[in-house]
Amino acid sequence: MSRYTHQNPLLIEGSVPGRRGVRTATLDVPAHSLGDMLGAENLRRELPMPELSELDVVRHYTSLSHHNYSIDSGFYPLGSCTMKYNPKVNDRIAAMPGYSRIHPLQPEETVQGALQIMYELQAMLAEIAGMATATLQPAAGAHAELLSLMMIQAYYRHRGEEGREVVLIPDSAHGTNPASAARCGFTVQTIKTGSNGNIDLSGLKAALSTQTAALMLTNPSTLGLFETRIAEICELAHQRGALVYCDGANMNALLGIARPGDMGFDVMHFNLHKTFSTPHGGGGPGGGVIAVQRCLEPFLPVPVIIHKDGRHYSLEEDRPHTIGRIHSFYGAFLVAVRAYAYIAGLGADGLREVAENAVLNANYIRAKIAESFPAAFPQTCMHEVVVSAGGLRRHGVKALDVSKRLIDYGFHPPTNYFPLTVPEALMIEPTETESKQTLDTFCEALIQISREAEDDPELLRTAPHHTPVSRLNETAAVKKLDVRWSTGG
Amino acid sequence: MSFIANTIPEQAAMLDTIGIRSLEDLWDPIPASIRLNRPLDLSPALDEQNLVRHLQRIADANVHLDRNLSFIGAGIYDHYCPAIVSALASRGEFATSYTPYQPEVSQGMLQAMYEFQSLICDLTGMDMANASMYDGATALAEAALMAVEVTGRTRVAVSEAVHPHYRQVLNTYLRSAGDEMILLPARRGITDAASFEDLLKGPPACIIGQQPNFFGCLEDVSNYSNAAVRCGALSIISVDPFTLALLKPPGEMEIDIVTGEGQSLGLPTGFGGPLLGIFACKRDYARRLPGRIVGATTDSEGRRGYVMTLRTREQDIRREKATSNICTNEALMALMASIYLVALGKEGLRETAEICVQKAHYLQQHLENELGLKPLFQSKFFCEFAVTLPIDGDELNQRLLQQGIIGGYNLRRRYPQLPDSMLVCVTETKSRDDLDRFVQAMKECIAS
Repeated sequence: MSRYTHQNPLLIEGSVPGRRGVRTATLDVPAHSLGDMLGAENLRRELPMPELSELDVVRHYTSLSHHNYSIDSGFYPLGSCTMKYNPKVNDRIAAMPGYSRIHPLQPEETVQGALQIMYELQAMLAEIAGMATATLQPAAGAHAELLSLMMIQAYYRHRGEEGREVVLIPDSAHGTNPASAARCGFTVQTIKTGSNGNIDLSGLKAALSTQTAALMLTNPSTLGLFETRIAEICELAHQRGALVYCDGANMNALLGIARPGDMGFDVMHFNLHKTFSTPHGGGGPGGGVIAVQRCLEPFLPVPVIIHKDGRHYSLEEDRPHTIGRIHSFYGAFLVAVRAYAYIAGLGADGLREVAENAVLNANYIRAKIAESFPAAFPQTCMHEVVVSAGGLRRHGVKALDVSKRLIDYGFHPPTNYFPLTVPEALMIEPTETESKQTLDTFCEALIQISREAEDDPELLRTAPHHTPVSRLNETAAVKKLDVRWSTGG
Repeated sequence: MSFIANTIPEQAAMLDTIGIRSLEDLWDPIPASIRLNRPLDLSPALDEQNLVRHLQRIADANVHLDRNLSFIGAGIYDHYCPAIVSALASRGEFATSYTPYQPEVSQGMLQAMYEFQSLICDLTGMDMANASMYDGATALAEAALMAVEVTGRTRVAVSEAVHPHYRQVLNTYLRSAGDEMILLPARRGITDAASFEDLLKGPPACIIGQQPNFFGCLEDVSNYSNAAVRCGALSIISVDPFTLALLKPPGEMEIDIVTGEGQSLGLPTGFGGPLLGIFACKRDYARRLPGRIVGATTDSEGRRGYVMTLRTREQDIRREKATSNICTNEALMALMASIYLVALGKEGLRETAEICVQKAHYLQQHLENELGLKPLFQSKFFCEFAVTLPIDGDELNQRLLQQGIIGGYNLRRRYPQLPDSMLVCVTETKSRDDLDRFVQAMKECIAS
């Protein structure tokens, strides 16, 4: 990135009055007055849009892309985000006009291929989850959490158990879990992590009551650990009439190894952009999927895809217990196409290899850096390892400084300060697609940084040193809010 | 094809470093009783070439818009998408990055989002916009929930002329939160202004409309802001941002929140997803806004740079007290919409929008003059209009399909009280020949 340290002007700063860009159409019908057709009172006076040539636009965005770290650029061990390689062939497939150029309201008989993809992908994901069925409607993981909680709410309303208003969530959970629960009107109660990194069972027992609607667990947890007593946990919750939700953000660890449905979970979500390699797009589009056991099937959002007589696929809306519609159409279809292609390309053996190598890579890093950055919990981890930079505090160096210094070595930093329960946390998720050489270079960089922390802590505190901008003033960004350019328009 | 780099000797060396003997030992933390003791039941793996062939075969079962003439809109619009949009947005540097948690290495996407917010503000006439929501429907639902929070009221008034799917999504969200939806009736294709008067008796949290509305008709948007001011509610308008190239921006009419579906800005129809939710509002609500917001600031050397800002609204910091649970949104779609907007630019946008309007009116007149198909409503329209039909809309669409034409949206699907009618959409992608062919086909299909 050091070659590209110039500042990029804003689009509006390059605008020249009268300059024009792409011409996409030509008028070939007789022209009438716009005022007559639209009503003069409805017309806008000014359209304050930039005026650029096509080449101006190409250079602008190409230049911006040079200032954006990506999986294609290098190692991106952002914990809990599963930044694995996104196969190019899946993009080619999603761009086929048979997928990208169909309208969601076309007659059903003209989109049988699209419905087939969705139906089959649901079945594949239900099999991977060990659940009865799945829906592709949610637009992202947090959306899936919200809809799952709506389904749980509908389930209890249907059973006349209106008093179940509490959702139990571990202190290590993703912020989306409590935020989704609150959005549904549930009260959030926090469960503590035990000294071994797993849920504190006695705390859980004490918290479970007839008011508990659900327990939301991430497994493997955000500490990168498998919840070893998960079957017992699910059993305990069920005994108190509560449902158990699996945040499947970390499913990359378990593909073909173990299934949430077999552990006792009632409902779970997948992130297609994590586990199933669809591009994260700089923060979306994501793809959320909910897989459920039979008890929650009646409450699935509409439409539901059905396969009549084993031949014709159709969209069914008339379902009495559904929570309703939750997306303008059917979720992120072109993301689903990529996920379908990914699974079809890997098959059962390939998916198992994903889990094996994801977990192998994470444990390799755990072992290699243990002396400089000990794992928060020493046992075998799953797809990611949470280490602490707390040992560098004595040099006045924080996890953030280590992260920023990693940028100088050409790496994207791990997730830092999460989970909140680990001091100076660095959450490292290498994924299965990274090679031993990459991991070696990364580990050496971390070890070198820990030495630098001792010898020259200022070097870390002022890092990164070779980026287009150095550390940015986030406080000033809030105090003097500037969230748009000003054109007076 | 699992895209794994490690060779078997490398794996062995790694196991050695970890201090275990086999890959199998990695699963020690998982009790045997809950491990899967068989391979997943999935189809055999395909190599790249066969994968492409397999998915091409399934794609071939779909009738797509490159081969077939289509007049269906109803929330998703087939505008021509210039090559520059996918060429730039598909760059790996954008597509394979994630949420810019580390601003120093993510200035590209951050600046692009700042520019997206700016473009949306300019288009809608609003003070600020976020960096995207999932889609038009959920953006509208989030706006309604925001209004509930701001006003402390639990009822939400929405026009019957708002997209039926959007109203369904809104209803799902409201019902879950324990809030209520009131429907404002439409008369002759336009939200009944008299129904706003009734709202004074029991003021709602917000009043929601759509421009152009679901029937394609242009509403008087100022009715919403006026009514909202009178009853202390927020006014919310869902827009098709493409139409704002010509139409008066809602910001000029003092609307509080503008939401919309950004698909019409250069995104593929893609069977309705992924889409692009737009959310813009007055500055007063800066700390209530859901979703990511990018702001400009400076670095330690005084250089301009961009960061995610107003972060204390968000779920990863505020947890159950966040303004929304949204995390991953639609950044790449927002990038595509930005590229579309600036690639066409001020002149190109106005020109393209005008071509849509001209062609839609051309078709409406020809259907009326040559076939006697009267418009269902008399209001002004942009590029989508409802025509009355002498036969059932589904039956007509079946016949049109025989001629390779995807007809309009049968309004009776969602509005059973309306007579036989069809919502017809025309964009710049239809040539005059296409329009004439449609008129001829309609003639034959209605007669047959």
